Amino acid sequence: MIGRLVKGLILVALVVAAAGWVLTRPATVEPERFATLTGDAAAGEAVFWAGGCASCHTESSATDRTLLTGGYRIESDFGTFVAPNISPDPEHGIGGWSLTDFANAMLEGTTPEGAHYFPSFPYGSYRLMADQDVADLWAYLQTLPPSDRPSVPHELSLPFNLRMAVGGWKVLYLDRGLVGPGDGAQLERGRYLVEALGHCAECHTPRDAFGGLDTTRWMAGAPNPSGRGRIPGLTPAQLTWSEGDIAYYLETGFTPDFDSAGGGMASVVKNLANLTPEDRTAIAAYLKALPAAE
Amino acid sequence: MSFTRSLIAGAVVATLVAPAAFAGGHGGNPAVKARQSHMQLYAHNLGVIGGMARGNVEYDAEAAQAAADNLVLLTQVSQRSYWVPGTSNADLGEETRLLPALFEDGGFAKAVEIGGNLAAAAEGLAAVASDGQAALGPALGPVGAQCGACHEAFQQPNN
Repeated sequence: MIGRLVKGLILVALVVAAAGWVLTRPATVEPERFATLTGDAAAGEAVFWAGGCASCHTESSATDRTLLTGGYRIESDFGTFVAPNISPDPEHGIGGWSLTDFANAMLEGTTPEGAHYFPSFPYGSYRLMADQDVADLWAYLQTLPPSDRPSVPHELSLPFNLRMAVGGWKVLYLDRGLVGPGDGAQLERGRYLVEALGHCAECHTPRDAFGGLDTTRWMAGAPNPSGRGRIPGLTPAQLTWSEGDIAYYLETGFTPDFDSAGGGMASVVKNLANLTPEDRTAIAAYLKALPAAE
Repeated sequence: MSFTRSLIAGAVVATLVAPAAFAGGHGGNPAVKARQSHMQLYAHNLGVIGGMARGNVEYDAEAAQAAADNLVLLTQVSQRSYWVPGTSNADLGEETRLLPALFEDGGFAKAVEIGGNLAAAAEGLAAVASDGQAALGPALGPVGAQCGACHEAFQQPNN
């Protein structure tokens, strides 16, 4: 009787473990999905700036924002993440990757070796990207200068350094679709720029205890994970600037009273300054259309 | 008697109030106040040009030139007594948003370099400020970039 119970328990445990493994294993895109796509490097440059790659994958002091050495340190409750080299260097960067490898990273958070990336790499947002934008960005990245600087490992402690655990995180949080308003071409574009490429919510939306975005308080501001102060909320009740004020800030860093952006936003502005005026206005229109949140 | 009394009462009130008034008007770290005032002068003059660049204010060549010339002058003012060790937000708390990074390895040299770039950008702006509204925006960009460079490195972001 006891023997049967133990056997039964072992069986249940095995089934749970197997189900857990199936549910949480790193996902990959169907290779055919990207086989027919041809990337356009010129279009990819626009994706690069809107995606903010340079903010983490260049040194903050770098004057060349296309030398993607990595090195930016993201301080968080879970430890310090260090952005890796994603230059086209075949050994230290991602020069040896295929487009499908790149798509797996951007859309599924999966490494070419089939492991999970930590969500400090904001694939939770990038997974909403259009396939063509992924292909274009990949084509553009090939044109950038290589860097032979080795990537630096993350500084995480148990249990947050377990990549397998990220699989569970993905099951919990990776089913998020588009959240904000997208009626009409301009809002739809603004929403895509903010929620998919710009990954603004990664900082401007609060997170729950396990680090998932709280979509009920979308863009309502959050504690600054890397120190004192708060990341400001951007809903219309919180950010009272006009649409034109916001677009001008994203272009120049100047607030309506001509203070100038600091901290992480100074770096974001350096990226967004390269967007078209229409795209910056679309971002501003989206922010002005956000529902109230606290 | 009553006159004497009111004199005394007045004196007592004055003695009580004066230190508070003095603290209100002159308190705070003088270096912090000086640099914040300097930043306000930047912002004010940038606002004159920025309003025209954005098309919110009608272009006025004289006003634009005067503001741009002011900016050039402001970049030439010696700030050596503003940025003194012991006046970061690690020392003074919320009174200032200056990060201690300015006083850490290479921070000051970097700030000086940014200051030089800002001076060059302001001169570039002053060189075209009278040339018409369309010239303002492109010349203002490099100025803003230097504001951002310094704030990114050395200023605690606003809450």
